[in-house]
Amino acid sequence: MRNYLLKRLFMTLLVLVLVTIYLTLLVHIVPGDPAKSLLGPRANPERIARIRSAMNLDKPILQQIKISLVNLVRGDLGTDIFTGRRISMLIKSALPHTLILAWTSLSLAVILGIPLGVYSATHPDSWLDRFTAIISISFITVPSYVGGLFLLLIFAVNLQWMPAIGLGDKGNWLDYLQHLALPAVALAITWVGYLARLVRASLLEVLNQTYIRAEMAAGIPLRKIYYQYALKNALIPTVAVLGVGIGNLMAGAVFVELIFTRPGMGTLIYNAIQARNYPVVRAGVLVVAFLFVAANLLADILYTYLDPRIQLGKVRG
Amino acid sequence: MEFRARSTSRYQQLLDRLPVLGDVLRRPLGALGFLIVFLFLMLVVFAPLLAPYGFAAQDIPSMLQGPSRAHWLGTDHLGRDLLSRLIYGSRIALGVALPSVSAALFSGLTIGLIAGYAGGIIDDITLIILDSVQAFPAVILALAILALLGPSLTNVMLVIAITWTPGYARIARAQVLRTKQEPYIEVERSLGATRFRILFFHILPNIIAPLLILAAMDLPVVITFEAGLSFLGLGVRPPTPSWGVILSEGFNYIRQTPWPITWTGLTLIITTLGFTLFGETLRDVLDPTLSGTRGI
Repeated sequence: MRNYLLKRLFMTLLVLVLVTIYLTLLVHIVPGDPAKSLLGPRANPERIARIRSAMNLDKPILQQIKISLVNLVRGDLGTDIFTGRRISMLIKSALPHTLILAWTSLSLAVILGIPLGVYSATHPDSWLDRFTAIISISFITVPSYVGGLFLLLIFAVNLQWMPAIGLGDKGNWLDYLQHLALPAVALAITWVGYLARLVRASLLEVLNQTYIRAEMAAGIPLRKIYYQYALKNALIPTVAVLGVGIGNLMAGAVFVELIFTRPGMGTLIYNAIQARNYPVVRAGVLVVAFLFVAANLLADILYTYLDPRIQLGKVRG
Repeated sequence: MEFRARSTSRYQQLLDRLPVLGDVLRRPLGALGFLIVFLFLMLVVFAPLLAPYGFAAQDIPSMLQGPSRAHWLGTDHLGRDLLSRLIYGSRIALGVALPSVSAALFSGLTIGLIAGYAGGIIDDITLIILDSVQAFPAVILALAILALLGPSLTNVMLVIAITWTPGYARIARAQVLRTKQEPYIEVERSLGATRFRILFFHILPNIIAPLLILAAMDLPVVITFEAGLSFLGLGVRPPTPSWGVILSEGFNYIRQTPWPITWTGLTLIITTLGFTLFGETLRDVLDPTLSGTRGI
């Protein structure tokens, strides 16, 4: 187990180093002078020189990579070239809102998706199973931005039941939750369907195993078999998926935050793109990628811990 | 009654004659998926014939109107017919999705074939690079690249191809690893077949089917991905009637008219649903070991 963990940690670090290198090199894919392209119509020789120096573009590429990696180790995300503010401060104020949104959505997806999947698997081929299948697949096919726009249109614009934009009054938790509800549901819809389908498939597989049949033959009540014995094993693949889920939810948050005008990583990156503020885009993308990798690592470790049948070190193929 | 019996049997005969498609059509949700995909393709092919107006034709006095006899789905903020724009939008959707998925499939397949067959250090390095590209959630990677390249149709296709390549490469690699252990490959090798021959004449035909199904199932994902980027203003630019552009313009006028968002959202959902149902049923039919676990 320790060897596996060390190997997995080493691979994760290697991936993070590569991600940093890509983001350092990415600025060079722009044809011509990157500083000039970033400044656009605001470009003049003095500004170009300032940007080149601020982004270390005046140094050799290898040194640029070295500086990025050293800054990474220091936890220094650089400076906003237009306002001069520390980017880490911008991220510090945006990240919690995105994490709260992603976490609430994931919890909603788990609370709704798992019972839906269990019901489907325990009533296979019934009309309700087929109905649930259609509901789950339809949910999977709703992109977060369409879900967000529909919810905004129905509950905020037409019915005016829920607030449409922003985070709510500072310090008022009830108001914060009210402002969180629609974005969280918009982001959760796809995952409700996805989890329901996943749980159904893995529970059906577990229910076909001999030990479950033996329990049925022994006369143990079905409810106990489903919830106490089968579901525990059926939920293991779900854990692996939730790791990917939290990363994807953070990416989907870009759309939802913009639709509901919520501050967060999505809004931060989007506004930086609009302002051609590449250092902020780079830092934002780096942080989201790091969180994505970390969530996957955690899920992988948890997965191996929960299912001792998995041969350590051979989880990924 | 007699007619119905005869037509049913003719339908059954037709299904029997189509080995794979027949099996898909026998399942109700598969048939529904096929119908939606078929209608979508009809829209793509016959857009100029089916659309009542040009996608940029303006009828200023009727702007921001709801459904009417003249404009079945209503109009947008410039008085353009929503139905016509949605119909032409299907061309953009498929026109972006098909080339970019094909490019991703081609590059992923090539990388997977080489890494899986070569093994050793080449395989290890390839895996690490694939892992590192997949460390970015797709939308975030797309944002990072488009932030620099700027929004355009070609750039969106390029970004999609880059984002989807590692997924195909991983699956192709895994399939190659499995297939290259097969006895018939060993026999070929012992008979002196070149690497090129083994890879492209023996391994490739055996691994291509699941990848093609996967690519078909990725089409709707890519369609919604492109629409999402265009919605953000980072993909296809107005006045091109990408579904994402129509949604984005509808979002700006959400308090005046609900129709652009409603119809475009529904179109996106129904198209994705059709491709997903069809793709999943096709996969179940081609891989019977999975059937019964998918709920279709």
